[in-house]
Parts: sequence; C-alpha cells; structure tokens
Amino acid sequence: MEHIKADVVIVGAGGAGLRAAIAIAETHPELEVALISKVYPMRSHTCAAEGGAAGVKRADDSLEMHFNDTVSGGDWLCDQDVVEYFVEQAPRELVQLEHWGCPWSRDDDGSVAVRPFGGMKKERTWYAADKSGFHILHTLFQTSLQFPSIKRYDEFFALDLLHEDGRARGVVALEMRSGRFFHFSANSVIMATGGAGKIFPFTTNGAIKTGDGMAMAYRAGVPLKDMEFVQYHPTGLPGTGILLTEGCRGEGGVLVNKDGYRYLQDYDMGPETPLGAPVFKSMELGPRDRLSQAFWHEQKKGNTVETAWGDCVLMDMRHLGEQKILERLPLVHELALSYVGVDMVKDPVPVRPVVHYMMGGIASNIDGGTPMPGLYAIGETACGSLNGANRLGSNSLTELLVFGKRAAAAAAVFAVQQDGPDNDSAMTLQAEAVVARIRGLLQQNEGVESIAGIRREMASSLEAGAGIYRDEEGTEATCKKLAELQQRSSGIEVNDKSNVFNTDLQGLLELQNMLDVAECVAEASNARKESRGAHQRMDYTERDDETYLKHSLAYRQVGDRPRIDWLDVTITRSQPGVRDYSGDKK
Amino acid sequence: MNIRQIELEVMRYDPEKDEAPWFQQYSVPCQEDWAILDALNYVKDELDTTLAYRWSCHMMVCGSCGMMINGEPSLTCKTFVRDLPDKVRVEPLENFPIERDLVVVLDDVMQKLHQVQPYIVRKDAPPQEDKEFTQSRGALMKFKQLTMCINCMCCYAACPQYGLDKNFIGPAALALAHRYNLDSRDQGKSDRLDILADHDGVWECSFVGACSEVCPKHVDPAAAIQQMKIDGAMEFWKQKLGMPGDKS
Repeated sequence: MEHIKADVVIVGAGGAGLRAAIAIAETHPELEVALISKVYPMRSHTCAAEGGAAGVKRADDSLEMHFNDTVSGGDWLCDQDVVEYFVEQAPRELVQLEHWGCPWSRDDDGSVAVRPFGGMKKERTWYAADKSGFHILHTLFQTSLQFPSIKRYDEFFALDLLHEDGRARGVVALEMRSGRFFHFSANSVIMATGGAGKIFPFTTNGAIKTGDGMAMAYRAGVPLKDMEFVQYHPTGLPGTGILLTEGCRGEGGVLVNKDGYRYLQDYDMGPETPLGAPVFKSMELGPRDRLSQAFWHEQKKGNTVETAWGDCVLMDMRHLGEQKILERLPLVHELALSYVGVDMVKDPVPVRPVVHYMMGGIASNIDGGTPMPGLYAIGETACGSLNGANRLGSNSLTELLVFGKRAAAAAAVFAVQQDGPDNDSAMTLQAEAVVARIRGLLQQNEGVESIAGIRREMASSLEAGAGIYRDEEGTEATCKKLAELQQRSSGIEVNDKSNVFNTDLQGLLELQNMLDVAECVAEASNARKESRGAHQRMDYTERDDETYLKHSLAYRQVGDRPRIDWLDVTITRSQPGVRDYSGDKK
Repeated sequence: MNIRQIELEVMRYDPEKDEAPWFQQYSVPCQEDWAILDALNYVKDELDTTLAYRWSCHMMVCGSCGMMINGEPSLTCKTFVRDLPDKVRVEPLENFPIERDLVVVLDDVMQKLHQVQPYIVRKDAPPQEDKEFTQSRGALMKFKQLTMCINCMCCYAACPQYGLDKNFIGPAALALAHRYNLDSRDQGKSDRLDILADHDGVWECSFVGACSEVCPKHVDPAAAIQQMKIDGAMEFWKQKLGMPGDKS
C-alpha cells in the first residue's frame, strides 16, 4: 500500500472541497493539501445546480431579512449563530468568485444581477443564467490550478476514515485506474463528498451522490445530524428526475393542476398573484417543502395530470416569452425539450416533486468541526445547521463557499498545532484492515443478491416510509426493511475481478454507504414525532417545540439499528414563530 | 411506454486479460424516451455488472459520459434511442488511450487544461475585497459561449490534428485560454501568448472544424482558435513595432 503524507486531506473536489483547498493554499501555502475525489473535479455534482447563490446585494435588502428568511424557511431548526455568520459572509464570497472570473449574469449597468427565489423576501440570488453551479464549479476548479500546494488525486475512491484515540488521522482510498490502495495520513481531514440523493428512487442527484463521506464518518463513530429532513424539489422532470430550477418560478413561471387552476392558493400560500408579477414569499415563491407537500395533496384529490411517467402538475412559463426563456433559462429549456419533448416557450411542462437535497449530514459546527477532533465536514455532506428543517433555494451554493473557507481555516490551524501521528504503525494496521475488508468482498463467490436489486428495494422502501409524508407504521416498516437489506447485502458477489476501473466493486461499496445513510434517514424519521419543515408526520401533524426544538443525532450501533439522541438548537434572536407565506397581503 | 429492442455493440477491454479491444453484443429493451446512457445502465444493472463506463449527472452538464456512438463523439445522456437505428455501436472516445472498456485515460487533456493558465491573471492591484468588477453585458457576451465547455473531450476525439500529434494543445484547452483572454477582468493574455503561439498551439490547427460540429454545448472552439491566430499575429507585430498590446 502506498503511503502519502499530507497536512490536510480533503475528500471531495466539488464546490466545497475546492473552495476549502484554495483557502488553505492562499493562507497556508506551506501546508500540503491532498484533494481526493472519486471523479474529476468538473464532474462533481455542484455542476448540476442551476438557479444561483444567495447573498444580500441590493440597497433595499438587509442581512436581517436574509437571516429571517433562512430561519423561518428552516422552521426554526437552524443554528442561528451559523445563519448570522452565513448571511454576513455571503456577499463577500460571491464577490470573491466574481474576482476569480465567474461569469455571473449582469444588469444594464454592468453590476452582477440578482433574481427572486422561493422563500426569499428580496431579489438576492446571484446567477449565471441557469448554470450557476456549473460556472461556480468550473471557476473554482480553474482557479485552483494556480496553487502548487494543492495535490489532486482524481478518481481515487475514499473507503474509510482512519482515526486514533478519537482523533481523525487520514483516509484509505482506492485508485480506480490501478486498483491500488493508498493510505493518506494527515492531521486534518475535511469531508466534502456531497449528498446522498441516490438512496431514493427518484432524484435530481447524479450517480455519484451516494453519501460516501457521511457513511465514512458514521462508521467511525461520528453522528449524522437531522437526517430525517430530506428536501423534495417541487419541479423535477418526470421520468428522469432532472431539475427544473426554482429560477423558472423566480422569473415568473406558475404551477397549475389538471384544471389549469393555480392550486397553491389552497395551501396557505395565496392569494393568487397576477401572471407575470410574482410576489415574494407567496404562491410559486413559497418554500420547497410547502410546494412539494401541496403536490402530494393535489395528487390525493385527483387533481394531477396523468402522463406516461406518472402523475404530474404543469409548470406554465409561456407568458415569459421566448426571449426571456432563452436568455435566462436556456439549459432547462433544452432539458425539457430533450427529455419530455416539451418546448416551454409553447407549452406547459409536466413536473413533479423529486428528492433534491439532504438537510442532514455529518454533525458539524460553525467551523465545520465535528465531534471527532481533526475531522471537518462542509457542503451537503455536512449538517452545520444553516438549513434547519428546510433549506431555502440558493442558500446551499453560498454555503459551500462560506463554510468551505471557514472550515479550511480551522482545519489548517488544527493541522499546524498537532504533532504528527503518534503511532504510525497502528494507523498502518487500521489501513490494512480496511484493505482486507475490500479484498474479502472481491473474493466472495456465488452471490445470491445483486447490487441493482438491493438498491431498488432500498430506494422504494425509503420512498414508501420516509417520503413527503410519513407515519409510524411506514417508518417502522422501512427501518426493518433496511436492516434486512443490510444483512442481505453481504450476499452480493462482485462479478468483476479486475483491478482496473472496477465499477462493480465501487457500486457495491457505494451501496453499503447508501444503506448506512438510508438507515439513519428512516430511524430519525421514526424518532421525530412532530411535523416540521420537510419532515411531515400524518400521525403527529403539529410542530412540537416543547419536545422537538432539537437536532436529531444518529449513532451507529454495530449489528443493530442506529441509536437516536438529541441536541439543542442554538437560538440567538429569533424565537420560533409562524411561517407566513401569504406574501405582502394578509 | 413503447419498448424497442436495440442491439448494443459495446467495446470491451480489460488490460489485465485482453490483448486487444473486442466487441460484446447486448440486446436491450429500450423505452422510447431513453438516451443511450439509459441503455448502458440497463446493461450494467440487468445483464453484465462488469461493464465499465463513466457517468453521473444524466443532464448534459457534468461531461463524464462522452463516448463514440456509431462513430460520432457524443454525450450518451444526450443521444437518444429514438434518433438511432436498431443497431448501435458504443466505443470509448477516439484519440485517447483506453483505460478499461469505455473509460479513456484523460491525463493528457487534464494537463493541457492546466497548461493554458485558465484563471484570472491581474497585473494591476486587485479590486477592493467587497467590490465587484463592472462588466457590461456586451463584454460578457464576448466570452460567454466559451465558458459553456463541460470538458467532455468530444472535441479531442473529433480533432484530426490531435489524432496525428498529441502535442497539439487542442480545441477545449485553446478555447478555454481564449475565454480568459477575452474576459475584461483578465490581464494575462500576454502570459498565455507564449504557450498559444508555440508550435503546439493555435498554428497547428488545420481548421477542419470537426471540434465545433461535435460540441454538445455549441462552444465553437474552431472559431476561437481562428480568432486567436489573428490575435497572435496582431500581438506579434505590435511587439515588433513597439506598440502597447491591448484587449481585442
């Protein structure tokens, strides 16, 4: 096994990982950063984010308003010190990207343009047409190339975290092209591996989003926080689950049911707003959790449209006109045309809610720090509690930047202050044990189960028990099913025995990661007996601040279901109140 | 939804056991709205878990799934079964060494992207930390299309010059350099000139235009390279005549 010594290991080279790497390279050029990613950085799923990144920009906006929108959007489960820091740093980070060359869309006067987004009181979403995440990712990747202290390990699949006496010490990774194992040792490890949407059957997420970082931390004893909060984006293309950005509605698109009726007015988001004149925080500019829940009710009432891909509602953008659609939303225009054959200039597009984002993740604090010293987590794989029970659209791209930078600073300081590993040979033994586990998987013959089969059962069970609406019976059944699948997954044979780019083996390891993450989602959904944000229980329909104004923490128990514990929410200045999405009108 | 049977002819190669690449046939029941990527995923899930290929987003933006489909460099997520005959041949991208099955070795192009200094270079003091550069829509439009490149590398697979001479910097990397040269915020054009005007740079391009034809994002690297030739010649004479260089 190759042994690579670095000062900081970053796992994941998407928006968060790259931002962190650049921050360390700029402030601590003497520290060697090993940037490990299972894909080339440009393939990271940050590229699929469309709508934009939030940061106060206009004179009629304020940090206070961004704070309030985020906290109420998160149904008061956000840690408010984190939100305060976030809204304050957001504009500076977005300007920083501008200096690095991000091709933001512009206003007439040449300043960066901002657009309205769901749940936001003002226009504060910076955008680059409808490819904002793509441009942010490429800007960061290209900028990172000028720093020699960032050493990239592209297409290295991280397998497990190494730790000693409760401290993170590095990771073991598999080089895909050779099948060789690498032991990376470092005083600080930053997880930036993205979300885990692939645990669900219908998702906007790319194939790579299998919760690897979450599972690695969880296996090492670090809890996963608030895993019951899964965001369904209300406007996915049926069939593929491809995202149609919230920018569609920000620019004025409306949602109608089979009767052409703007049904959101029936779900506390009215009154109906005039076509082409959206009102902040109402109707189509309500938050994602409420819009996805409204779809569920419309479907139950039989008001949805039947399509070849199942029940849908329609997003009508025709009144925006061809020029605006092609200028501001060229990607989604092309996607709708290619994948469902609808030209949104001429016809309404069928859409339905689709799993988009995990509010939960590795339990982390304002510094990205986790309960394990030396381990940091940023981006979707982390739960730093910016997003609470429901993330507002366009806050997560900015989150990558703000907390990528902040965690990098903390990780760099920690790396400098620590001595090297006390016991290198113990770490080598631990790394060898990981390798032995993987080799064991390769040697297994005559499996009776398949990766695709178990994955399908996992996903459909999770959707059934931990979907948009949940109840005790459903979550309990899903918990049991997932425990069974954990058992059965040991009966999978890796048919591919090659050392070179073995995606069969990788698929099995990703499935194991997903099963761990899925169990936490189901168990936390089972434990939270209230309704808040994206977590809606049919048997506990009200928010219960008395008991559940708390973060859930899921701990691994070997051979048993996850154990759930609770952690207080940090409240600084906003006491839990009513989420009001009636716009300016009362 | 209607099902159509497609015969996929997929190139296989495992350097640990195959002396040369070979073709394997898979019969795939395709839904009418499927892309070729969906057919490959069907093979992976239902027929043969050993097939290796790259993919992720399935929405034409991550750039992972560039392959040869019936001889054309294409994104498999953007190439639809409805537009293809009943027999479809899928091969790894042309002009690259094969790593395994449909996966090619990208080291060379990754190095080339790096080589052209694709980042903002400033000679003047940077703007204040909290102040953005002003950039008119017109100034943005000058380079906007060149920012659309997803690095799928289909253009390298199509480029006859790169096929002949791997030292040629090639379409995507040259277009990327031009993107920064044209950005009103950048002052690094003269730094990049040495690389671009080198014998492996823009002058190697024989202007066949195949790169632009296959680009799934309509980036038009061929036009960018022609502009750079003009820029390079202008810059050369300006320096000869002692005139200050400027942004075109």
